[in-house]
Amino acid sequence: MEEKIVFCKGGGCTAKLGAGVLSRVLSRLPKGPEDPNLLIGWDSRDDAAVYQISEDLAIVQTLDFFPPMVEDPYTFGQIAAANALSDIYAMGGTVKTALNIVCFPEKWDLNILGEILRGGAEKVLEAGGILAGGHSIADDGVKYGLSVTGIVDPRRVLANNRGAAGDVLLLTKKLGVGILCTANRVGEASQEAMAEAISSMTTLNKTASEIAAQYDVHACTDVTGFGLVGHLREMLDGKLGAEIHWREVPYFQEAERHANEFLLTAAGQRNRNFAGDKIAFRDVPFFMEEILFDPQTSGGLLMAVSPRDADALLLEMREAGLPAAAIGVLTLPGAVEVTVC
Amino acid sequence: MKNVTVNAMGDPCPIPVVKTKKAIAEFQGAAGTVETLVDNEIAVQNLTKMAKVKGYGVSSSKLGEAQYKVAITVSGEEVAEEQPEKSPEVCIPDARRKGTVVAVTSATMGTGSDELGAALMKAFLYALSQQDELPGTILFYNGGAHLTCEGSASLEDLQNMEAQGVEILTCGTCLNYYGLTDKLQIGGVTNMYDIVERLTKAALVVRP
Repeated sequence: MEEKIVFCKGGGCTAKLGAGVLSRVLSRLPKGPEDPNLLIGWDSRDDAAVYQISEDLAIVQTLDFFPPMVEDPYTFGQIAAANALSDIYAMGGTVKTALNIVCFPEKWDLNILGEILRGGAEKVLEAGGILAGGHSIADDGVKYGLSVTGIVDPRRVLANNRGAAGDVLLLTKKLGVGILCTANRVGEASQEAMAEAISSMTTLNKTASEIAAQYDVHACTDVTGFGLVGHLREMLDGKLGAEIHWREVPYFQEAERHANEFLLTAAGQRNRNFAGDKIAFRDVPFFMEEILFDPQTSGGLLMAVSPRDADALLLEMREAGLPAAAIGVLTLPGAVEVTVC
Repeated sequence: MKNVTVNAMGDPCPIPVVKTKKAIAEFQGAAGTVETLVDNEIAVQNLTKMAKVKGYGVSSSKLGEAQYKVAITVSGEEVAEEQPEKSPEVCIPDARRKGTVVAVTSATMGTGSDELGAALMKAFLYALSQQDELPGTILFYNGGAHLTCEGSASLEDLQNMEAQGVEILTCGTCLNYYGLTDKLQIGGVTNMYDIVERLTKAALVVRP
């Protein structure tokens, strides 16, 4: 008898290192001479690096990989790829090439690996990109993701930190996949809810990004492991404040029940700790606090949109079938960075 | 009093919480204490959070390297599960246009008669306070500084707006110049850097 293969041990973006730990390490790395062509590096904790190579062309580079958060290898491949590709869309770019990154136990059935890679390859194709190679490592656990290269017009890069007070905040996917996957691991999530979450996680942010390109979007990021609050705070960049109207926040209905049963991730609590006293909740139910801190895998885009364009952009995204919503506004900096009311 | 120990060492979240809740459920409404052993601080925090939301007593201690104990005390008399839904304090998302800054540069409005100008300014601030959309900030500088100080006819309207979240700021240099520093009745004091930043970052500046 082979030992039972435990494919999913609670992965996805819940497996990220905490933002607090990470920023301490990153701040100590040596920095080389400044290159003016590096339009976006890690100073702004943006989604991807952007390097300008000519007047109207810049390359966008990103990589993302993680352990499985669902049982089915093919679905996992799709989700991991959609998540990695999302960083290109968050910069307003177009996907060109992708390379597989794989960790896989030597003794396991290679068909499992085949299914993961098939799921990933399909998403790269859907994104209009070419799968051009990859790298694999024999390891104790499964991890999969992509290194993706895209292109963008340097004048149309969607940075994560160029919002302005008065901008409307739009979110293009529902929150709560971290809580649902956690509940699923202890056998509490319904099949319907998981199906809905998986459908959301395998949806590319391509459509949302393409629609956004037609409008006056000042800043954009994708919501992943640091949760809505964490990624929103990267957008504020210490220079702005934000007000979130929790009744407008789209979330998976069933996540409310699981949050109230405390089926919560360690990563969610780390996100809460990292936000500390920079966030104030005014009469917000407990489950919604958890949803706002919930680490997302392959989450939606969070955009700061000119108030003049917000309604039209939202309408077009809704007509395209996205569960998008206007969830708040950017404000001038205040005593706390984020107020949820 | 029942007393149970739950070993959740090595268990990833949310397993420690799931095990602890199961142990509490087995009390079947009786009073008791559950001591849960975990190996990381985040699990301690998640257990503490659960206990607090549920209204249980909770304390925790570090027993050693990667060893923590969380003691949760259930009082028995079945605490009403959820607190009654709090009256939904309406958050008025659109009551303020955060990007709008009103710059009040004089105690009077318009040029011509000062007497008329003062009446117009009073009427302006009153009408402003009655708008559906309030500004994010009102800045008072130069002669405008008189309006946030003792003797201003607009204090009530300004209080009204401040209560709804509008930020009211008066230029400190101006207060000083007019000898009003200890006469300020409402809002905060600001400086030129802040004023410049607010005016340049505003989506809309209104100057009566």
